Amino acid sequence: MISTLRSTLCGKSSRWLLRSGLVLVALAGLIATSAMKRPGGKLVVYCGRGEELIHPLVAKFQASTGIDVQVRYGGTAELAATILEEGRNSPADVFFAQDAGALGALNRHGRLALLPAELTDRVPGLYRSPDNSWLGVSGRARVVVYNTNRLREGNLPEDIFGFTDPIWKGRIGWAPENGSFQSFVTALRIREGDARTLEWLKGIKANAPRVYAKNSAIVAAVAAGEIDAGFVNHYYLFTARKTRPNLAAANYYFPGEASGNLMNVAGVGLLKTSRQPDAALAFIQFLLSEEAQTYFARETAEYPVVEGVELPEELQTIRSSASPDIDLNLLNDLDGTLELIHRAGIL
Amino acid sequence: MAEEPESSLRDLPTAETFRQPPEVLKKPPLPLVAIAAVIGAAVILPLVYLLIRATESGPHFLNILFRPSTLLVLWNSILLTVLVTISASIIGLLLAWLTVRTDLPGRSFWAVATCLPLVLPSYVGAFALIGAIGPRGMLQTLLAPLGVEQLPSLYGLPGAWLALTLFSFPYVSLSVRAGLRGLDPSLEEAARSLGRSPRQIFREITWPHIKPSIQAGGLLVALYTLSDFGAVSMLQYNSFTRAIFVQYRTSIDRSGPAVLALMLVVLTLAILWIEYRSRGSAKLYRAGVGASRPSARVRLGWKKIPALIFCSTVLILGMILPISVIIFWLWQGWSAGESLWRGWGMVWNSAQASLWAAGVTVLAALPVAWLAVRYPSRRARVIERAAYAGHALPSIMIALALVFWAARYAPVLYQSFVLLIFAYMCRFLPEALGSIRTSLQQLSPRYEEAARNLGHHPASVWRTITIPLLRPGILTGFALVFMTTMKELPVTLLLSPTGFDTLATRIWSATEDALFPQAAAPALVLVALSAIFIGVILRQEEEDVYE
Repeated sequence: MISTLRSTLCGKSSRWLLRSGLVLVALAGLIATSAMKRPGGKLVVYCGRGEELIHPLVAKFQASTGIDVQVRYGGTAELAATILEEGRNSPADVFFAQDAGALGALNRHGRLALLPAELTDRVPGLYRSPDNSWLGVSGRARVVVYNTNRLREGNLPEDIFGFTDPIWKGRIGWAPENGSFQSFVTALRIREGDARTLEWLKGIKANAPRVYAKNSAIVAAVAAGEIDAGFVNHYYLFTARKTRPNLAAANYYFPGEASGNLMNVAGVGLLKTSRQPDAALAFIQFLLSEEAQTYFARETAEYPVVEGVELPEELQTIRSSASPDIDLNLLNDLDGTLELIHRAGIL
Repeated sequence: MAEEPESSLRDLPTAETFRQPPEVLKKPPLPLVAIAAVIGAAVILPLVYLLIRATESGPHFLNILFRPSTLLVLWNSILLTVLVTISASIIGLLLAWLTVRTDLPGRSFWAVATCLPLVLPSYVGAFALIGAIGPRGMLQTLLAPLGVEQLPSLYGLPGAWLALTLFSFPYVSLSVRAGLRGLDPSLEEAARSLGRSPRQIFREITWPHIKPSIQAGGLLVALYTLSDFGAVSMLQYNSFTRAIFVQYRTSIDRSGPAVLALMLVVLTLAILWIEYRSRGSAKLYRAGVGASRPSARVRLGWKKIPALIFCSTVLILGMILPISVIIFWLWQGWSAGESLWRGWGMVWNSAQASLWAAGVTVLAALPVAWLAVRYPSRRARVIERAAYAGHALPSIMIALALVFWAARYAPVLYQSFVLLIFAYMCRFLPEALGSIRTSLQQLSPRYEEAARNLGHHPASVWRTITIPLLRPGILTGFALVFMTTMKELPVTLLLSPTGFDTLATRIWSATEDALFPQAAAPALVLVALSAIFIGVILRQEEEDVYE
């Protein structure tokens, strides 16, 4: 009996294939069913910002509301792509992005729910999506960081196109892989058009810029004199100064409404697939509270988006200078920007 | 069908089957086949899913494929692979010849010392090179009083080529050393007595004999170069692995990295195929009777001096320089009062992940090796080949495919420890399989049969005979997987759970922030651990030889 069973089981290789296939399917089914289970009752935040920075805020929120929060940290674009990949299965309730572009992209794919007016009204129109699908919680300015031993403000060009001059050859640094750099390029496209932007990218490339993975590395390299100037977000200088107050570096903002100035935001959106929108809205509301806004201003040297929050002195200069009026929601065409960057032969 | 008569012939006992142990004729137990098949299928899951994911985008697939930047990446990868393979082969060949066939002083010292670069993960070596001879590295600081403002840029091709050559040539020297030692000197002597010139002897005798070992070593170097992620990333050379990672991190559209990863797999397979095709079919073993003996050594004479300079340059660049740079940074950071050590958490995480990976991989290798060695058949061969897929699949591609797959179909597994270990298993199964298979082949089934005949239960035979006799192979496989997992970067970066800091990811993130002193301590720990494990493996192999 057993031997007949065995011979039928082991009979032909096709049967054998079938059988191992069945085992595989069973295994896959097991995994799939376990995958259906979501983390129950927890608010899931996908966070494109650093854990060191955001964790204290989340802890405060948890303590004051009693809502359990589970945060997955990662790159902003990486997490946005993950949400798209996960589709309707996405366990995420809130997406906390480092720049407006990624939020715009999710919105374009129809993944964000509309936010109630009582939240969006608190944020100036410039810092949120016109259709109220996402809102900024803190502002960050694009600046040029320069070495104060080698350069004075007067040596720096009037706008970002000035850096394509060959006198900057080998003296500048950038981080083309970085999300905020890419948003900046998108802003440039909106303002100057694709052709001029491509020209700028090629012009900078011709000046053999040093490539860095991150903004913080650019600030360190400028301070060390490895390069003379670099394109970064404003707050990296302030965070670097916390440990080394006498850093030989300063931020430069182009005068007036010159191309190259941009006030971008880190912001949040509520996912349509969220199973606990109330908890998610409570979290977003918390990010707009005075406590959180003051935290952004003090700890991360970012600009609060809510009126009436005290601004540290060092941040006031840039705020007062004019920022070109760019609809941040238009920054969503990241893929078009990447295409342009590829075409310039940069990434 | 032409196949038919052949397959019926195959059932007849031939000379071959009589020589084999009788168990070969038995059918394998079904559970063994099922388990091995599941393992084989699991290992190729990433490849299959990547294929689905990349082609899913339809016409966009072709857009990405023929984008100028994609073609540039392809060209960069091919160029780097060819250059590194050539230079590593030359260095490896010279070193092997010098240490085996000449009277170079301190031959055995050089033989061991020049293998040391193997313990350096490429990203550690790369960041040490940047610190030492980068545009504003230590060498520039030394030369600054002489008016040297900046050294020629190390970034891009020159740096990637240098780093990968320096850290991969031991593959060639080890392989060629073995080839040279196996070459019977009587062949060359016979050729000489027949009036051949030294040049002719080299061309007609020596070269054909060592060519397979150069080729084997060169293949390892080429695969290493193609799949290396750390060095090309740090040195900013846009080959496939870096381009895939950068696009993965920055692009919302994930077809791009998927297509690139697929192209990388195709390129890897193409290299394997070229190597396979160019392998000769000549029989190169000695047919004569009697023991072979070591060949006479070439007298170098005054050439000893350039030879010694060559060996020391390789040793200094490949080992002494990187280690001293790391120690220098450690000292610099320490004297600046920075906190350089984030506690033992990351060492523990590294060790934990590596232990699990090594354990799981060895367990997975056992049934596959068992099936392949004890019940050789067509299906066993298919399963075994599948299990070897990890050799051809660069780790960034495995990681990427699993990220895609888990995000869509198994969110619970996404960024879970289980998936991380599974990815390591896919990538490193061949290493465990290789060593376990070899010791299983050496283990005659007669021992087991004898034990069975004496009335032992199969399980007790396994416990008392098989496992103890397989121990050397299992240990070597375990140590190999443990060590490579510890050094593995892309899989760990893409798949490790949030906050799961390992030595490798710590080094990576510190260098990304250009905080080199912060990377120094974990790098030293990693190198020390690698060295210990390589020591274990070498000792194990020596014991095998003497047993």
